[in-house]
Amino acid sequence: MTAEEILSFAARRLSGRYEVDEFGYDAELNDKVLLELLRPLYRHWFRVETIGLHNLPPEGALVVANHSGTLPIDALMLQVALHDEAGRAVRLLGADLVYRLPVLGHLSRKTGHTLACKEDADRLLRKGELVGVFPEGFKGIGKPWAERYKLQRFGRGGFVASAIRAGVPIVPCSIVGAEEIYPKIGDLPLLARLLGLPYLPMTPLFPWFGALGLVPLPSKWLIEFGEPIRADEVDPEEADDPMVVFELTDQVRETIQRSLNALRLRRGPAFFL
Amino acid sequence: MSPVTRTVLVTGISRHIGARLASVLAADPAVSRVIGVDTVPPASLVRDGGAPSDPLGRVEFVRVDLRSPDIAQVIAAADIDTVVHMSLMSGPGGSRPAMKEHNVIGTMQLLAACQRSETVRRVVVRSTTAVYGSSPTDPAVFTEDSEPVEVPHTGYGKDASEVEGYVRGYSRRRPDVVTTTLRFANFIGPRVDSPLTRYFQSPILPTVLGFDPRLQFIHEDDGVELLRRVALDDHPGVFNVAGDGVLLLSQCLRRAGRFWLPVPSPAFRFLGEGARALGRMDFTPEQLALMSHGRVVDSAKLGHELGWAPKFTTASAFDDFLQTRLGRSVR
Repeated sequence: MTAEEILSFAARRLSGRYEVDEFGYDAELNDKVLLELLRPLYRHWFRVETIGLHNLPPEGALVVANHSGTLPIDALMLQVALHDEAGRAVRLLGADLVYRLPVLGHLSRKTGHTLACKEDADRLLRKGELVGVFPEGFKGIGKPWAERYKLQRFGRGGFVASAIRAGVPIVPCSIVGAEEIYPKIGDLPLLARLLGLPYLPMTPLFPWFGALGLVPLPSKWLIEFGEPIRADEVDPEEADDPMVVFELTDQVRETIQRSLNALRLRRGPAFFL
Repeated sequence: MSPVTRTVLVTGISRHIGARLASVLAADPAVSRVIGVDTVPPASLVRDGGAPSDPLGRVEFVRVDLRSPDIAQVIAAADIDTVVHMSLMSGPGGSRPAMKEHNVIGTMQLLAACQRSETVRRVVVRSTTAVYGSSPTDPAVFTEDSEPVEVPHTGYGKDASEVEGYVRGYSRRRPDVVTTTLRFANFIGPRVDSPLTRYFQSPILPTVLGFDPRLQFIHEDDGVELLRRVALDDHPGVFNVAGDGVLLLSQCLRRAGRFWLPVPSPAFRFLGEGARALGRMDFTPEQLALMSHGRVVDSAKLGHELGWAPKFTTASAFDDFLQTRLGRSVR
């Protein structure tokens, strides 16, 4: 940005004369400030490489990804990847825990994300947005180190039903690298329950080294977008048919698992390369 | 076909929107009589500091406490055909039990009177988007058929939910009567006096630390125009009413150019109680929820079925408020 642009940006921000959408998405703040903070992590720390961006349809679609890494850094990196390399704002569906917490909740809305619920998913997809979900949820992101790259259960397949209702394809997305950032070698379930958290991890660095333990390990990342799965070719009437929904859910899950296995081989060791 | 002459009853005309609606209806040649009821007579209605020149015009004021069955006599005596129920109180002016009694018992008495009436054939009820509550587990945007995850269990939202329940019951028992329920976002404008307008006018504005709620406003002019339309024509159903778009609280505060003070939510409640004691503002638990999680509704149904949309967006309504009330110039 030139000095003039920075001044007009600051003036606009300070006077409140900017737009947010009905979900609270603040595109300017997201691009100019929030993503800017993540870009060094994306480019230099994790050296993220993307594969298969051409598989993203130009219209609305549902991106379904694996979830890992103890803290949702994978969601942030997916967001940078789609924003900077595909020019798309991804609207992620997050756990309600995020929206209960101070700071996190409104930052999440400002970067374009919202609560994982049927109404919000349907609304965003109907508007032709690119929506992202992590169907494994806490089971995926909070799984122990020993289970890395093993996809967890995909819940009830609500995301598939949303895609069918909206008539959009599902883009399977496989993220390799996030598993190694905070290897979860232990859990503190009692303390977690006390704090109202789904889990409280122990990693090689946390909590032993305090805040230093929050620095993610610099693993090498690959993010692959697979060929769209045609949920848009299913009759919208069948969105509440459990057979159809489970079949598609399994197909998405298997596709991601296969691609995770292949990507892991392709990447080789996570560190020092 | 709507009959040429109508007699309209407006409840709650001592307050601003009710009084404005009554005077607009009284100025309409299609309306033969406007009867305004309330417990206190309306303050003279002056817009933009003009002279108080017979503002309520032909409006006939009748002093009725809605909590008493007297309202039935008013309806019967005047052959009322349209009832516009505006008298929901949004904040505890006195005590919370009195507010609840006014809102809920008042509505029950009014609807009981309407049910017995042979002449009433249209009932319009002013409700609020507060019926959806505010919580982190709700969808980001409410439509009219959204069921809130947490039904409001305090204050205005709860009263309005109960009022709407009675309206639904009434409309089941009297399917021949057209009932319209309008769920308004927070009113704002040059002369609106509400907990929220008082909040924006206080010297230092407390905010809930770590939260930046999405807010929506409806301009008083739009509110009055919409009420006029549904009072004069059949538009059955429940409608969300909010100016287009949203403003974050942080945007409102920056636009207002006021100082704000983020405080942790327990302290916010404590401050609210203090402010209430001083009679400045009332920060009820539901206000705290709104100031934390915000609330946004979809008003598309209104546009589809009435072919009308508010002239003011949420942002322009707020700017108009700032300009007229705080003297903030708006670029």
